[in-house]
Amino acid sequence: MNIYVLVKRTFDTEEKIVVSGGKIQEDGAEFIINPYDEYAIEEAITVRDAHGGEVTVITIGNDEAEKQLRTALAMGADKAVLINTEDDVEEMDQFTSAYILAEYLKDKEADLILAGNVAIDGGSGQVGPRVADLLGINYVTTITSLSIDGEKVSIVRDIEGDAEELETSLPLLVTAQQGLNEPRYPSLPGIMKAKKKPLEELELDDLDIEEDDVEAKTETIEIYLPPKKAAGRILEGDLSNQVTELVGLLRNEAKVI
Amino acid sequence: MAKKVLVLGETREGALRNVSFEAIAAAKKISGGGEVVGVLIGDAVEEFGAELVAYGADRVVTVEHPHLKSYTSDGYGQAFMAVVEQEKPEGLVFGHTAVGKDLAPKIASKLQAGLISDVTDIEGEGDDAVFIRPIFSGKAFEKVKLKDGIDFITVRANNIAPLERQERSGDVSSLSVDITNLRTIIKNVVRKSTEGVDLSEAKVIVAGGRGVKSTEGFEPLQELANLLGGAVGASRGACDADYCDYSLQIGQTGKVVTPDLYIAAGISGAIQHMAGMSNSKVIVAINKDPEANIFKVADYGIVGDLFDVIPMLTEEFKKVM
Ligand SMILES: Cc1cc2nc3c(=O)[nH]c(=O)nc-3n(C[C@H](O)[C@H](O)[C@H](O)COP(=O)(O)OP(=O)(O)OC[C@H]3O[C@@H](n4cnc5c(N)ncnc54)[C@H](O)[C@@H]3O)c2cc1C
Ligand SMILES: Cc1cc2nc3c(=O)[nH]c(=O)nc-3n(C[C@H](O)[C@H](O)[C@H](O)COP(=O)(O)OP(=O)(O)OC[C@H]3O[C@@H](n4cnc5c(N)ncnc54)[C@H](O)[C@@H]3O)c2cc1C
Repeated sequence: MNIYVLVKRTFDTEEKIVVSGGKIQEDGAEFIINPYDEYAIEEAITVRDAHGGEVTVITIGNDEAEKQLRTALAMGADKAVLINTEDDVEEMDQFTSAYILAEYLKDKEADLILAGNVAIDGGSGQVGPRVADLLGINYVTTITSLSIDGEKVSIVRDIEGDAEELETSLPLLVTAQQGLNEPRYPSLPGIMKAKKKPLEELELDDLDIEEDDVEAKTETIEIYLPPKKAAGRILEGDLSNQVTELVGLLRNEAKVI
Repeated sequence: MAKKVLVLGETREGALRNVSFEAIAAAKKISGGGEVVGVLIGDAVEEFGAELVAYGADRVVTVEHPHLKSYTSDGYGQAFMAVVEQEKPEGLVFGHTAVGKDLAPKIASKLQAGLISDVTDIEGEGDDAVFIRPIFSGKAFEKVKLKDGIDFITVRANNIAPLERQERSGDVSSLSVDITNLRTIIKNVVRKSTEGVDLSEAKVIVAGGRGVKSTEGFEPLQELANLLGGAVGASRGACDADYCDYSLQIGQTGKVVTPDLYIAAGISGAIQHMAGMSNSKVIVAINKDPEANIFKVADYGIVGDLFDVIPMLTEEFKKVM
């Protein structure tokens, strides 16, 4: 089976966000594979091990994303592709990302493409469905279970907490939700092997994409931090007085009840 | 320029969802005095048309078909695109719900349009509208606008105030669409979320963490939530420990909520939990540990045992409500 995983490099979830000069400061920050994409990688490896074939991980980013691709290779992916946009595009949005990914994928005859359901930084959840639409294949988002039997695919997906059971067929794009699996940690031999696995680097030219084709449709005007909340109030005194005071505050000061 | 804006109306348990009314309010702003057209898709949805009008839609277009009983991106995609072709809108607003998140990128792709997802506020109107959305799990915000073409957004529940309900009249017309070639067949939906108040739209949430200690431990929280007309939520700690279902999980990998009042009981306040609730209007923390991180985001805090505090709170609210 010909399997592709879309992987995004994101800030570590624990990272504090600093804005300066209208941009998020990246210096010194730790980066990880978007957590949902880890589920996607794990599932891809599991499917390959059961059905044969090859897992290719793809990212759009700069040189530094090589680290996340190597991690995916160390987990067990076979090949990696870095589409380096650093010299070509300054502003990107979800349209741009999806267009580039789809141009890369269009002649690859992928049977299964896996993505995260959302990136924890940009947070739109658009890229997966957009790529599927551009490729003209079906997609199922926020999946928590996947089983493949020939062309037939059985899926459970999370819909706001409820579990929807459905059937579809390959080729298919799915996006991963928490609960799909437990991503493995790269093993030491895995890390050694990953160093020798193929990592192809491409630029937009290699995909015959003109900068104009991928011009962002949206424009970020400003990035800012939420206003600092005034320090909260820890109530004091006898517990029953605290409870009475809290109810009073919620009704009269905060006016939420 | 006044714009024509389409709003996708969604139902849950036989009624329109609040987020659809909020989407109409957003559409009004984008329209800058133009027309707001509600769109309803399903197997039997006409009856909800009048309610969309009461909340501000000027008229409503319905697409009904047996194949639209359950949501599929193919079915709804075909139905919605048929409405787009008929109406030629200049703006589109969906809720940032399971359906909205799944469908909006497909429609945006077909229209080769930009899409601003998970909008929590709108500044300005009409052509000057600028959209605010959280990024980095609510640790920062961005102001975004669409460069040209159609204004397309999804709105996060509980953030944009709906318009007041009014007795108004507006046309409800149906569009007949041939729905074919569905590549996904829905077999079954296993209900895991609780009946009643929808967690993502609740105005009050009483959330429990590992400190709740057991399934039974959630009962006093449920009682308080019921009294306040709210819903029960949970940390991943509580879900991982099997005290409650994952459908209740709030946080980076769970639901993102912005109720008026969020009561966190026995939750330490891990950064991944805060990602799902830190934008709540008022946060109350109840925790045994005075050093717990959750007190850093709380407006009001009580240091104490939740099994003492929660029942006392319920009693006190009963007295005054
Ligand atoms: C060089 C560069 C410049 C940028 N400039 C801007 C800018 O000016 N303004 C702005 O708002 N944003 C900018 N971005 C961010 C970028 O546009 C978005 O982060 C990207 O479109 C993905 O959107 P999202 O984060 O909402 O992902 P989502 O749609 O939430 O991601 C869902 C899934 O899609 C896949 N995916 C997402 N992104 C990638 C990727 N890059 N490679 C492979 N798979 C992916 C992953 O599987 C992910 O889990 C820039 C990014 C780069 C690399
Ligand atoms: C990638 C990733 C994603 C994650 N996503 C999420 C997510 O979406 N949502 C989420 O919640 N977590 C998430 N987590 C987990 C998160 O890091 C924490 O582990 C989790 O939130 C802890 O849950 P907790 O606060 O209930 O438990 P603990 O941290 O164990 O806290 C329990 C608290 O209860 C207090 N307590 C105990 N007994 C009582 C009592 N009788 N009365 C009052 N207080 C009491 C304790 O003092 C303590 O503060 C994620 C983690 C990772 C790595």
